[in-house]
Amino acid sequence: MAERIIELRDIKKSYGQVYALGGVNLSVDRGEVVGLIGDNGAGKSTLIKILSGVVRPTSGDILVRGKPVTGWSAARSRDAGIETVFQDRALAVQQTIVRNIFMGRELTGFMGFLKVEKEIQEASRLMREIGFTSKVFTPHSIVGQLSGGERQGVAIARAIYKQAELIILDEPTTALSLTETAKVFHFVRQVRASGRSILFIGHNIHHVFDIADRFVVLDRGKVALTTDRSEVKSAEDLINFMEDVAHPGGLPGLHDGGETEQRAR
Amino acid sequence: MSKAMEPDLQSPFSGSSGDTVGKEWRHPSDHWLRGFVLDNRASLGTLGVFIVMMAVFMIANPTVFTTWYLYSSVLTTLPVALFVVVPLVFVVTCGEIDLSFPATMGFASWVFALVVQAGYDPFLGIAAAVITGMLLGFLVGSLVVYGGLSSLIATLGMNFLLRGLIQIINEGKSMALTGLANSPAYKIFSSQILGIPVQIFWAIAFVVLSAMLYNRHRFGAQVKVVGDNPDSAQQMGIDVKRVRVKVFVFVGIGAAIAGTFSVMINFTWWPTAGDGYLLPVLASVFVGGTPTWGGIGTVVGGAIGAVTVSFIQTGVVAAGLSGFYVQFFNGLIIILSLLGHKWNQARYR
Repeated sequence: MAERIIELRDIKKSYGQVYALGGVNLSVDRGEVVGLIGDNGAGKSTLIKILSGVVRPTSGDILVRGKPVTGWSAARSRDAGIETVFQDRALAVQQTIVRNIFMGRELTGFMGFLKVEKEIQEASRLMREIGFTSKVFTPHSIVGQLSGGERQGVAIARAIYKQAELIILDEPTTALSLTETAKVFHFVRQVRASGRSILFIGHNIHHVFDIADRFVVLDRGKVALTTDRSEVKSAEDLINFMEDVAHPGGLPGLHDGGETEQRAR
Repeated sequence: MSKAMEPDLQSPFSGSSGDTVGKEWRHPSDHWLRGFVLDNRASLGTLGVFIVMMAVFMIANPTVFTTWYLYSSVLTTLPVALFVVVPLVFVVTCGEIDLSFPATMGFASWVFALVVQAGYDPFLGIAAAVITGMLLGFLVGSLVVYGGLSSLIATLGMNFLLRGLIQIINEGKSMALTGLANSPAYKIFSSQILGIPVQIFWAIAFVVLSAMLYNRHRFGAQVKVVGDNPDSAQQMGIDVKRVRVKVFVFVGIGAAIAGTFSVMINFTWWPTAGDGYLLPVLASVFVGGTPTWGGIGTVVGGAIGAVTVSFIQTGVVAAGLSGFYVQFFNGLIIILSLLGHKWNQARYR
């Protein structure tokens, strides 16, 4: 059995009286692409923030490679080999590409001074590796001058720099052109081929369906379904299932219903 | 020295051949001079303002501007301003503001005066003043950052509070430190070399060191990122609050040095020490080309801004105008500089 990179056990998160997550179990194994889908407000963002250490869960356990961790934080999460490409890409738009790639883990030498040349070399290498090269921008370019797809490239380059074990992609294809989406997909397959894992979060079920090995459907703070790709025939199956979950009585005339519910476990 | 202000993308990179792109990715410009200008446009703009201003003054009254005394007097007081302008560039870049530095100057130099008056070595006094400055900076920073207060209002409050404390305890009385003139510390920090006030050398060293800290050090990099996008910095594991507190501590250190220098120039400590620096120092930061919104800035520009502001008063009077013109020219320079910088640098969101 493949090594378990991270496991969340019975994670709960409440903001005051409101439960964003009500006991979520989720795990990601080495070399697999997990597609996390769910409607707005299902708790996807909260779950990602917990995985990346930005938000601490109210209760529940986090296990990294089978060992429970304490004092979970953004820095701890990165140390554990988890890199997150946030939906808003979390870029500092007035800074250069280099500064964004090395944000929070600047390459330093003597007394904390930056190894500028080394950073530029590494940044160039990363950008080339993921195919986001151009003659128009350089590692010195200000991120604010780049297009949406190019910014996504910077965010991904930052994520792969440390040979991360697990890369979380939060809505990576939103607002991207077709070619840029294809680039992201190509990147995901590349990562899987290299034996690393990806948690792919998407609104667009077709995108998620195309790329993931396993699907996790989140609904109102709970996991409504976990299923392998082999058990789902088509993206429509997933969509139908999600509609069933969201509207248990069924919305008249929207779908035939019923069929996918048997697969829920 | 000041790096990566604004690489220009309007003129696409023109590498000679495709396969050497990686190597030539060093810089967006094909010529080092062009790259230098693009990287430093804010500080070069400030330098331009300064040169034009000085040219106008010199044309108005050429003879006065050939006398050394004029420059000597500016070089005596300018260093005091530089020691606070530079740390303030860090604070503004970090997306905050600190209006408490005049009181910190007064408070730290008070500690210096007390130590010297008690008969201890002035070096010890300087060390005590710097530690006081650090502690006050930490106090102000913690109040703003951990107390979650607006830095504009909270530091204004701290400025009044600390100055009030000084006034209450000293009841307006100054302290004369006549013994200072014979101390080795005075010779090192406040005498003259070949007629040049020695403070300016220390100030230049401080500016150079700070510029390196700003452009080539992890601290500067993190200050810029926090000022640019604090959420993003936090997501990337930067301790945003700690970085913010650090910039206030830096201002505390700068203000302590500035206050100590001003006492050494005058051999006297006044309970109002530092008060007059609030507005000129703030003006210098923004005249220097550091924008108000955070994320970017220029240390060298701030230093040139301080030089510009220092020369306004001297220049106006030396040019033959009455002192009543000083404020008008102060305002004129500030407004013209801001317009210039707005035209010179685009804002990215």
